[in-house]
Amino acid sequence: MRFFKALTNGLWKENPILVLMIGLCPTLAVSSAAINGVYMGLAATFVLAGSNFIISLIRKWVPDQIRIPIFITIIATFVTIVDMAMHAYAPDMYRILGIFIPLIVVNCIILGRAEAFAYKNGVIESIGDGLGMGLGFTLILLILGSIRELLGNGTLFGIQVMPLTYKPVLLMILPPGAFLTIGFLQAFQRYKGGASK
Amino acid sequence: MSIEQRFYVSSPPHIKTHQDAKYLMRQVIIALFPPTVAGLIFFGWHALIVLVLSIISSIFWEKIVMYIKKENRELDGSEIVTGLLLGLNLSPLVPWWIPIVGTFVAIVLTKELFGGLGFNIFNPALIARAFLLASWPMEMTTWMAPFNGISRATPLTLLKLNGISTPYLTLFLGNRGGCIGETSVLALLIGAGYLFYKGIIDWRTPIPYVITVGLLSLAFGRDPIFNMMAGGLILGAFFMATDYTTTPITKLGRTVFGIGCGIITSLIRFYGGYPEGVSYSILFMNALTPLIDRWTIPKPFGYKKGGEKV
Repeated sequence: MRFFKALTNGLWKENPILVLMIGLCPTLAVSSAAINGVYMGLAATFVLAGSNFIISLIRKWVPDQIRIPIFITIIATFVTIVDMAMHAYAPDMYRILGIFIPLIVVNCIILGRAEAFAYKNGVIESIGDGLGMGLGFTLILLILGSIRELLGNGTLFGIQVMPLTYKPVLLMILPPGAFLTIGFLQAFQRYKGGASK
Repeated sequence: MSIEQRFYVSSPPHIKTHQDAKYLMRQVIIALFPPTVAGLIFFGWHALIVLVLSIISSIFWEKIVMYIKKENRELDGSEIVTGLLLGLNLSPLVPWWIPIVGTFVAIVLTKELFGGLGFNIFNPALIARAFLLASWPMEMTTWMAPFNGISRATPLTLLKLNGISTPYLTLFLGNRGGCIGETSVLALLIGAGYLFYKGIIDWRTPIPYVITVGLLSLAFGRDPIFNMMAGGLILGAFFMATDYTTTPITKLGRTVFGIGCGIITSLIRFYGGYPEGVSYSILFMNALTPLIDRWTIPKPFGYKKGGEKV
């Protein structure tokens, strides 16, 4: 039960992008196409769930003074796994996402959840929290990427959706388009009352 | 009888005028009449289509927003001003959907989503122009020579890319390529003069703005008179940088705003990638408006600096 509560919390009510406003840098950078967002989000979800799991397991033995270096080491381990796996099995996507895969190490969602949740909670909830936060991140990246790709390129997952006479809104795949769309998504989330007051 | 019942007790201001948003907007529309006519004379039915589409579509978007928000109010005329200003800021040769998308950005995204008239942070017409320019650079920068419909570059582009200068008289009368409303300095000054006469706009923003551009041109060894008349400077300085909502309230702040706009415009013109920088400079200073207002709070009579009572 607590597992599902932790899981759904990250999806909407405390969504990392829309409410906690962490991890915005990769969000803005890789969301120019829907498929990039999905890959980035799933990579981060794997790291998040894995690192939350390990950190909550060893949280009783971690000395308070050196907890951050320990967290980073654990996170870096998982990021290295993702990095190598993607390099081997999805080389095209690896080339597109480039530097943002290794940079998951310093993604504030992961360190933030390790510090704020996994260090204080049990193993089951921590996995739920990691999955929920990761999937919430993926969801927003997917929505953001879809809107930007559709308007800015006329395609969705690389398939032409808009009629060929459609003149793409170039702004949407440029950085201002990301800021604009994320602002409106956040406003929508507040409007729907999902924000913690 | 207590004092409240015998006298009407209220806090100042005590003098009220008939000036409301509707009156102000009507005056601005009257003032925009000369540049509109000039644009129609120079660019003919191309300009007419763009202007009509801009105004009709901005009224349409305003009505849609009012319907969604279930607001039952009269139109205040601000959407006509926004539509007209956006139309005057477009090339006469833009495709038909450019004004419609532009007014959507101006009315819905920039104005109504931020709370409607009086709450927007940025000038709606300029945001729309920046949005369109970033999204469709080709369509937005195809200019037209007056009277004949052949495409031709603006004086600033000619100067930047080809080194060709344009005579002062051409710039003053407006017989040149450019946005519909920006070409004729004469017509714009007539409209601005009307606004000064009616007391609608304050000289503290536009005059420092134009003078700053002139002085910086002199300092950087450019032609000051050319730079003061070319591009959208006159249109921007007198009609956009004087918008009530998005510019400072304090007198000193308005001057700071004008000078800031002048510096940014000159820097973009002399060193930037774009030939013209009026719209970006005003938008940039719009973002700084709350800060400028905070820095330039005047000292009330009987107070020391910093709001402390003497």
